Amino acid sequence: MNNGDGRRLNREEEEEDEEDDENGRGLDAWERAYADDRSWESLQEDESGLLRPIDNKTLYHAQYRRRLRSLSSASTGARIQKGLIRYLYIVIDLSKAASEMDFKPSRMVVVAKQIEAFIREFFDQNPLSQIGLVIIKDGVAQCLTDLGGSPESHVKALMGKLECSGDSSLQNALDLVCDYLCQIPSYGHREVLILYSALSTCDPGDIMETIQKCKKSKIRCSVIGLSAEIFICKYICQETGGLYSVALDESHLKELVLEHAPPPPAIAEFAIANLIRMGFPQRAAEGVISICSCHKEAKVGGGYTCPRCKARVCELPTECRICGLTLVSSPHLARSFHHLFPITPFDDVSLPSLPIGPHHMLPKNCFGCQQSLRDPGNKPIPCVFCPKCKQHFCLDCDIYIHESLHNCPGCESFRQSKSVSAT
Amino acid sequence: MTPVQPKLSTDDVSLLMVLIDTNPFFWSAENTTSILFSKFLAHVVAFLNSVLLLNQLNQVVVIATGINTCDYVYDSAAAGALPNQRAESLLQKLVEFVVKDEQLAKEDSVDGIGSSLLSGSLSMALCYIQRVFRSGPHHPQPRILCLHGSPDGPEQYVAIMNAIFSAQRSMVPIDSCLLGAQHSAFLQQASYITGGVYLKPQQLDGLFQYLSTVFASDLYSRNFLQLPKPVGVDFRASCFCHKNTIDMGYICSVCLSIFCKHHKNCSTCGSVFGQAQTNAPSTSNQKRKTPET
Repeated sequence: MNNGDGRRLNREEEEEDEEDDENGRGLDAWERAYADDRSWESLQEDESGLLRPIDNKTLYHAQYRRRLRSLSSASTGARIQKGLIRYLYIVIDLSKAASEMDFKPSRMVVVAKQIEAFIREFFDQNPLSQIGLVIIKDGVAQCLTDLGGSPESHVKALMGKLECSGDSSLQNALDLVCDYLCQIPSYGHREVLILYSALSTCDPGDIMETIQKCKKSKIRCSVIGLSAEIFICKYICQETGGLYSVALDESHLKELVLEHAPPPPAIAEFAIANLIRMGFPQRAAEGVISICSCHKEAKVGGGYTCPRCKARVCELPTECRICGLTLVSSPHLARSFHHLFPITPFDDVSLPSLPIGPHHMLPKNCFGCQQSLRDPGNKPIPCVFCPKCKQHFCLDCDIYIHESLHNCPGCESFRQSKSVSAT
Repeated sequence: MTPVQPKLSTDDVSLLMVLIDTNPFFWSAENTTSILFSKFLAHVVAFLNSVLLLNQLNQVVVIATGINTCDYVYDSAAAGALPNQRAESLLQKLVEFVVKDEQLAKEDSVDGIGSSLLSGSLSMALCYIQRVFRSGPHHPQPRILCLHGSPDGPEQYVAIMNAIFSAQRSMVPIDSCLLGAQHSAFLQQASYITGGVYLKPQQLDGLFQYLSTVFASDLYSRNFLQLPKPVGVDFRASCFCHKNTIDMGYICSVCLSIFCKHHKNCSTCGSVFGQAQTNAPSTSNQKRKTPET
């Protein structure tokens, strides 16, 4: 973290220099393109002193492996329990600091873009969860949207309110969110994700009391900073069990934000296990005209009927407006199953350094996509294998299998291994 | 994974992944299907040839779905696949595959017809499609066609659903053509969720006709065709305790198991439940919403 701060500080100084230059017309347009892109950062020196582009693919893969390993080591317990039903408030700092231009075109725009991507990813991974949006502006926290399960309405509300002014106040935001989150049912996981641009907080009272209140109400607060590390943010996260991170640049910010999309491991005392009553509505017959309870419009066909009160709703998952029953369909539940049955991380194949060795035993092609696992010189390229079914995969398939597919093609196409794992 | 946004143009190039069910118990059983495996293959080979003739750049990959393993049997882009030896190389690989599949069988493995490993071949097809997506901006439009007959294997449910959601995210439609007498709930859901076509032909003697009229057209042309409408898919869940289909039920908040009655603890994950929360969510909601409205 300290390292990152150092970089950020350097960066800000450089930026100031650049601004000075721009004022003095010291940089031509073509020069500025290089200064902004920092193209030299994507070069590295190899052992003979030649400049080469950084091998992004291998780096990316190594990074991803680290993440995967840390995730799997965190959940090595006998039973994986995840907080699958989450109630998350996203707090967006729209104070003056959000108009700074160190992220292009401005912090506010970049944050809005990442939040939009995050909201969609979040509902994809947590179909039974809900999000609410809160903004901080002029020292006051406002609730932009109530907790809800529709990504479109959140994105629309956020895009309509993109203006920044005044100071930001962490205490006001936490107070507001705490009030809302105290009312949700006890089985839900209460979370706050704060995207904080400012370097200070302008509070009406003692923020420490608010933090203790959040801690008592079991709200997990995470903060992503856009400028530098701030003690109070770090303290909030430490006290409430959240994550604190500071973004270096836009792609780093994206990574940090998306880290919050998969459900966190369930903490027993945070949410009490419970049975939740849910309805599985059937799709209404085509061609029937009825008034939907969500938009209050007459609609022909489509829609679902609440099994308890027979009200019509347009989309699933949702909560029935009339009787409050949670309405889902079985695929929504199935979408969360991969969090509960994760596939094991694949192991690296140790490549023999000698040209002749046991590598001729390795398969020629990736089991998943049939891509050749040999480079043009017929030498094996880095690949991984599944510890269960011993099939080899290329690095691209490895990432796809763990990030999106959540099935090991090798284990799935081999009946014996399945019967073993089932018993 | 970056979401893929396929741009459909008029000269749409297709990548067709065909998953062939080779379950020997299904094909040899009496009264499960009205077509012989050899006849079926004749239809399929003619269909694959016609897809390749529709556009010079079209690509066809065939994956065999066995009961003990799955494997690629044909790739029209692979080197050495001469057009006039297409059928021979496909059939030869298929024979090798069936022999391997048989060798892997355990003696006590299946009673009745058994299910084939659809989850495995779907996963492999999706990996192959990701490779095509990586190949550059002008990749062909992929789609998956399942020629399936065996009954669903309940143990594959989670894996198949995972594959379906992954296909949905990368906007790959899964078409299904059912060869057996029964409908497949898995493939109905797969086609419904991914926007593919689900078809159970009445007369399997005319299989080629069905395949060429419904499944040969590229994704752009589909906009103009009157294809079979999606059948009503029943998305109601069945409870884990009695396997009854239910309208309303209780869900474990930790592992999402479905029960039809209130239990003291979860039989799947072992959590001990507190009070039944039948009305609490709705009351808290009203409380929450009153200050706003």
